[in-house]
Amino acid sequence: MKKNEVPQDEGNLSKSNMKELVYATDENGDYTTALSSGWEPKSIALSNSLEDINERIADALARVKEGKASPIVYFMERNKMDLNILAGYVNMWKWRIKKHFKPKVFAGLSDRVLQRYADAFEITLAELKKFKAE
Amino acid sequence: MELGFTHHQSAHCENGVASNLLKHNGFDISEPMIFGIGSGLFFVYIPFLKVNHAPAVSYRPMPGTIFNKAAKRLGFSVKRVKFSNPKAAEKALDENLKNNIPTGLQVGVYGLTYFPDEYRFHFNAHNCVVYGKTETDYLVSDPVMETVTTLTHKDLEKVRFAKGAFAPKGQMYYPTSIPKQADLPQAILKGIKETCRDMLAPVPIVGVKGIRTVARLIPKWAAKHGTKITNHYLAQIVRMQEEIGTGGGGFRFIYAAFLQEAAVILKNDQLKVLSLEMTKIGDLWRDFAVNASRVYKNRSTQTDVYNTLSKEMLHIADLEEDFFKKLKKAIS
Repeated sequence: MKKNEVPQDEGNLSKSNMKELVYATDENGDYTTALSSGWEPKSIALSNSLEDINERIADALARVKEGKASPIVYFMERNKMDLNILAGYVNMWKWRIKKHFKPKVFAGLSDRVLQRYADAFEITLAELKKFKAE
Repeated sequence: MELGFTHHQSAHCENGVASNLLKHNGFDISEPMIFGIGSGLFFVYIPFLKVNHAPAVSYRPMPGTIFNKAAKRLGFSVKRVKFSNPKAAEKALDENLKNNIPTGLQVGVYGLTYFPDEYRFHFNAHNCVVYGKTETDYLVSDPVMETVTTLTHKDLEKVRFAKGAFAPKGQMYYPTSIPKQADLPQAILKGIKETCRDMLAPVPIVGVKGIRTVARLIPKWAAKHGTKITNHYLAQIVRMQEEIGTGGGGFRFIYAAFLQEAAVILKNDQLKVLSLEMTKIGDLWRDFAVNASRVYKNRSTQTDVYNTLSKEMLHIADLEEDFFKKLKKAIS
């Protein structure tokens, strides 16, 4: 990549005035560094991942609404987590968390267990317990 | 409390932290040098490890290994400590600051409040340096940022104890001894040798063979999982290749910069020629990213586009195989 070809596209970084450092060659072919505000193919890749997450959140919300999933599923997706990551934060086995995905099991959970989820999602216990999918 | 510490922005966090900490200790070394000596160039495909719901593809080795290898080859030692208790982790860090030691930390990206929201994923192999503490904040030098920044005490604890794959477990590290004079040429040779060995490894998921495996999988994903999932996987590959930290082209440009520096130190003109060649390969990886992004942007449903991308990647693999064979010869 030549220094004058370092992309300066509008991107997710430029929105927050961040620039990243890249390595590029100068007119003599020697390596130097340059700052880049963004590159379209990267922005598209990132948007693709974010869209995917938003779809997962919407899908989780719909299933909570239909009574097919507990709020834990929704908050897990909203925090960009998967089962492995959530298991790490609440320090529980994955199979146990999977049970808590069922609304019926969720309804019977103790405050102590729910508090662990609330902490992982950085919400209050009440927010988790009273969550209604609207 | 604030220690004198000079922040230099770098492309990749781990090399940046390593280079900044060494510079702080009076050992002037560039980011590409650390990267090359620490055998930072790599490729691995880990089908059973899912990252953001896609199989993991990485253009770099495991977190921590670049710095460790560079340290070993340059003859300085790095102390690494992990913690199970956040309070103990905080105490140890504060102790270091009191003793005037800027300290490297492994952290999770999700809790880094100074990153744009879009970039905050559960990715735990990020690195930064803490060089001071105030009543409310820690002073942070994050090498991918243009300038220094801060995190509250609570936020720093959170990122040090992020959970999931590669959980940092409060890990902190710092060089404990710096050699007056390192054997740079020897270290460079060792670094290059290992990179050649890794990239030419006879393992189907590593190096050039790993690239081929992924290339052949692209049309298979499309046939098996459909375009939506395939596009998601492709986007993930492009992100691993081009996101902050790679310096562009899946680290190929940093490596080319390293070869250029190495050519001067080893007085080996062949390396300069190979540096140019690596730059061209990096450009081809960039082209691959452009073409892949076109595919998932247009949501094209033809199966042929996946075959085209697959061929493009196979072509890069061929060039890299040839490249690393030549590199191996050039230093032997």
